[in-house]
Parts: sequence; structure tokens; C-alpha cells
Amino acid sequence: MALISRGFRGRHRDNPPGRVPPGQYLVDGFPVLSAGPTPHTPTDRWDFTVVGEVDDPPRWTWDDFRALPTETVTKDIHCVTKWSKLDTVWEGVSLDTLLADVVTEAEYVTAFCDGGYTTNLPLDDLLDGKAWIATGYGGEPLEPEHGGPARLLVPHLYLWKSAKWVRGLRLTTEDEPGFWESLGYHMYGDPWREQRYAGD
Amino acid sequence: MENATVRSLRLDVPGWPGHLAGQHVDLRLTAEDGYQAQRSYSIASGPEDDGVVLTVERLDDGEVSPYLVDEVRAGDRIELRGPIGGYFVWQAGDGGPVMLIGGGSGIVPLRAMIRHWAALGGPVPVRLLASWRSTADAIYTAELDRLAAAGDGFEAVSTLTRSAPPGWDGEVGRVTPDMLGRVAWPSDGRPLAFVCGPTGFVEAVATGLVELGYEPARVRTERFGPTGGPDG
Repeated sequence: MALISRGFRGRHRDNPPGRVPPGQYLVDGFPVLSAGPTPHTPTDRWDFTVVGEVDDPPRWTWDDFRALPTETVTKDIHCVTKWSKLDTVWEGVSLDTLLADVVTEAEYVTAFCDGGYTTNLPLDDLLDGKAWIATGYGGEPLEPEHGGPARLLVPHLYLWKSAKWVRGLRLTTEDEPGFWESLGYHMYGDPWREQRYAGD
Repeated sequence: MENATVRSLRLDVPGWPGHLAGQHVDLRLTAEDGYQAQRSYSIASGPEDDGVVLTVERLDDGEVSPYLVDEVRAGDRIELRGPIGGYFVWQAGDGGPVMLIGGGSGIVPLRAMIRHWAALGGPVPVRLLASWRSTADAIYTAELDRLAAAGDGFEAVSTLTRSAPPGWDGEVGRVTPDMLGRVAWPSDGRPLAFVCGPTGFVEAVATGLVELGYEPARVRTERFGPTGGPDG
């Protein structure tokens, strides 16, 4: 039984039922949290690659990438720092499209990014309509502060898994801890099971 | 109270394992009807200090901060989790020179680093640039002035962004690339920078430091609060 905080009433917002994971609160703005300065990669120097446990590593230039079919999706997003934002609208390429021709026995993925950020997740969590490489937010090109020109979007996990400034995926046989995972954050990060830190 | 809207709370945490300068804790509050709210707060005390000190600014639309600043009294119990964080920390082995840049309450984790630095006998040069709206908003002033006056390798500069009193001899206005060029350690010494505060502040300062030649991997950032909208 949780400790009752004497005199605390809170704001008792009417959160839409079933939309706000435990420990989260809703925000209207779009917070920016990242480790370090914002990279600014010009699109003429951008590429996206899938490397590691893959026979024929594919590569897309920005032009190649923009020629791929995109989707517009509306998703709720949940940051480990406790804020959640509902009904955010993103444009991007589904990982199902990107990985359609990739043959691999790997079960895990490490996303790698400009600036050196990495994050890891099971390959299954990128497939079957669960993840995108997003290039647009709210109908506009994705701003650098929010991960532009392209970021990974995996909304069913805490937002640190939605790696900003993503440049590729490395397919791995083991689950290898990325940047925050190596600093004590959870390897998987399911907001509904409140998997914020290692051991949760 | 540190000033009209900021309060430091010293928590006695049985079994506290110790912490690194720059880490934070998660607090969880539970109302009588079971409603819960969680928020993160940077630890203001250094690893060598007694207890765990948190410095909390009351935010007008906050849900948790008004409770911590106005309601909590000695003897109250709070659920706490931590210490958390391993990126925005400074330890002696990280070396220097160290450049600390704080916007408003962003100074809190930097103060923990400064206290740790002092407890270690000041192993590397440290410079602090603190940005406040006015002198009424400043915190830790007496302690930081004392440290700077000791001349043992700690220097502090403040800038006031809304109003400066007559005779003010510090900086004035928002932190700009020009101010950083004058105040921050030159990049050729490979300084290690820690920037903390509201996201717009951190974005501008971090970009400014990189433009000055700071290595991006040696500019560590911690951003507080949402952009727009109410928060905790």
C-alpha cells in the first residue's frame, strides 16, 4: 500500500481512461529532452543503412528514402520523465516497408544515430505496424530538436526508444544495451508495466 | 526558502546508498483517494553532504511543486526512488576544466557538482555561468560568492535577463554566443561542459558552445520542463 502524502490533493485531471500509463501526466506542449547538443545533418549527407546480421545490407540516400511509401499515423507517446502526449500525428515510412526485403536471423536491433546515441529493442517490436522512421510531425517536416530529419518512432515503448537523428539499424543476435540502457534504464521499456529503470 | 518561490528540503533517507553529483530522484505522492503523481528532482546536495537535499521551484500551474514548496513540513514522509542518472554527472575522474551553465533552477544539479568539487579540494578549474531573471530569483548566492572569493579555482558569473539593480557589474541579457565567447572556457583546453535549465535555454547554450569549438560529446545537457503548457 503506497504511503499517503499528508495534505496532497493533486490536480485530478480527468485523464481519458486507459490512455495514460502509470506514473505519467499529460502535457500540451512537446517537451525536448536529449543527451547533448542537437545534431544538424544536411539531407544531402544523410543516409540510412541496415547492417549487422544481414546478408545484403541495404542503404537509402535521402532521395531514395523520400521515394518510399509513407503513412500518417496518430499515436500516444510516453516519455520516461513522466510526460505523455496523446494523439500526436507523425508521417513516416513503416519499418515493415523498410525491412520487407531484409533476410536475417537476428532477434534484436540497435538503432544508431548522429551524435552517437543508440538504443536497443527486439526486432519484433519494430514489425507488424508498430514502428516507423518518421520525417514529419504535425504535418510539418520534423524539426532537429525533435529528431529531424528522421527519427525512429516506436510509440508502444517509452520514447527514449524512439531514437532521434536515426541513421540506421544494426541487427544483432543478442540484446545489447544502448546509451540509456547502459546507464541504468530498462532494456525493454514498456510504459504500461512502468519499466523505467533496470530491474523494474 | 531560498527565495519567494524556491525551497530546499533536506530528506533523511534510511539506507541511502549515496549518489553522484548531478543525479536526481523520483518522488511519488499519493492522495487519500489513491491518486498518484510522480516527478523527478535533481539532488542539490553533494555526495559528501548529510541527507539528500532537493531544491524545488514552485511552478504556477504545477501539480507537485506547490505541494513541496508550500505544504510539506518537517516529519512528513515521501516516497522516493533513486539515485537515478549516470550521464549528467561529474566525478573527479572526469577532469576539467569544467564549465557549468545553468538557467534558473537548472543550477540545482550544478550546485551538487560544485559541492562535490569543493569537498575534493578543487581538483580542476571550474567556472559557473548562472542565468536569472533578476537578483530576486537567484539562489545559493551567499555560498557561491564565498567559494568564488576563496580563489581556489572556482569562478562564478551571473547574467540577469529581465532586470538588473543599479551598480550591477555582472552580465546582462540572455546567454548569447558573444557572452559565451567572453565567459566560457576557451575550447582549446577541451573543457567539459554541463548545461541545465529550460529546453530553449539549453538548446541555445549547447549550440553556442559547439559553435565555439566545444566537442559535442563534451557538452552534456539536462533539460527541465515541457515547452509550453502546464507541468509539474
